[in-house]
Amino acid sequence: MENNAKFLTETALRISGVNPRKCMKCGKCSGTCPNYDAMEYHPHQFVAMVEKGQIEKLMQSKSIYLCLSCMACVERCPRGVEPGKLVEAVRLMQIRQQDKNHKGARDIPEFADESVPQQLLMAAMRKYRK
Amino acid sequence: MIYSYYPGCTLKDRAKQLDICARKSAEALGITLQELPNWQCCGAVYPQVTDEIASRLSAVRALQSAEGGKLVTMCSACHHVLKRTAYDWNADENFRTKAANYLAEDGGYDGATEVVHFLEVLRDEVGFDELKKKVVNPLTGRKIGAFYGCMVLRPGKVLAFDDPENPTIIEDFIKAIGATPVKYPYRNECCGAYVALEDKGSAEHQVDRALNSAMDAGCDELITACPLCMYNLVENATAHKLPVKYFTELLAEALGVKEG
Repeated sequence: MENNAKFLTETALRISGVNPRKCMKCGKCSGTCPNYDAMEYHPHQFVAMVEKGQIEKLMQSKSIYLCLSCMACVERCPRGVEPGKLVEAVRLMQIRQQDKNHKGARDIPEFADESVPQQLLMAAMRKYRK
Repeated sequence: MIYSYYPGCTLKDRAKQLDICARKSAEALGITLQELPNWQCCGAVYPQVTDEIASRLSAVRALQSAEGGKLVTMCSACHHVLKRTAYDWNADENFRTKAANYLAEDGGYDGATEVVHFLEVLRDEVGFDELKKKVVNPLTGRKIGAFYGCMVLRPGKVLAFDDPENPTIIEDFIKAIGATPVKYPYRNECCGAYVALEDKGSAEHQVDRALNSAMDAGCDELITACPLCMYNLVENATAHKLPVKYFTELLAEALGVKEG
């Protein structure tokens, strides 16, 4: 693994607290993921790619913004790998960089009408921008 | 029974009924909900990585402000963030040390505050049998499905709210107010959450699946504790629609204290 990939992998593992080597590749995370169809890299692939050090590819993928944070994979992983935490870690690694916010206040007016709860806007800003 | 109460931002605006009906019902049940003075945002989402310290500080301030008593929450999201932060304070030394350093000037926090959802108060402190006795307007004959969503249930070992895969607390609540609970497969799955901002189609997909499941099982209406679930279930349903209410609205109705 080249140096940058190694650094990114170590960061993802450290901040997520996940050990992808515990994965027994049963696929239950992807089986239970409600947004499986929308994701380019599915939860089980995500775990395998982190193990292989392919963090940069994941950071560029739209999949990191499509995780619902519903914790179905976290709850149901029989090996305690908890893939959702890896998705969170990689997304944060992306948006913590300078000028890499995925969404911002400017995206709100077009979206928000009188039915949108404040909780949704707060949550989205916490997830999509640093 | 006197409890500290954390309403949260959405209950002051878009989810007013969740708050108003809870307060009226609590009064009818002899429960005093004392709103925390000067509460701040709960943080909206719980950060699932270990190095996010600052984003959990406002939750710690709420715990600190409750001064070691029981802190009642109504919104699923606030409940999730506050309960997990309370857990982290006691279980994660790294977080506790760093958060305590930030909060040093505001006085300390001893880790004693217990976060409880209002549904837990009804089950564990009031008791559903006692609640049933106080119902003046039983919702007889209504077939109601519980939409749990994610945030009150998972992760089960931290939230310790109910069995995360086969919860019964809201069904037991529905029974206590005289209605008929209807279980359906997707009641503890995701509503689409904040991803509605990124991809409306995804939220529509989640909601349609849940509503189909509820209608197939025979639900005539749904109840939830979450403003975000409420929004998605109502606004992003494309195939079928079901009436959705906050659980406190039906509670107030059954206790005869609902206005309008």
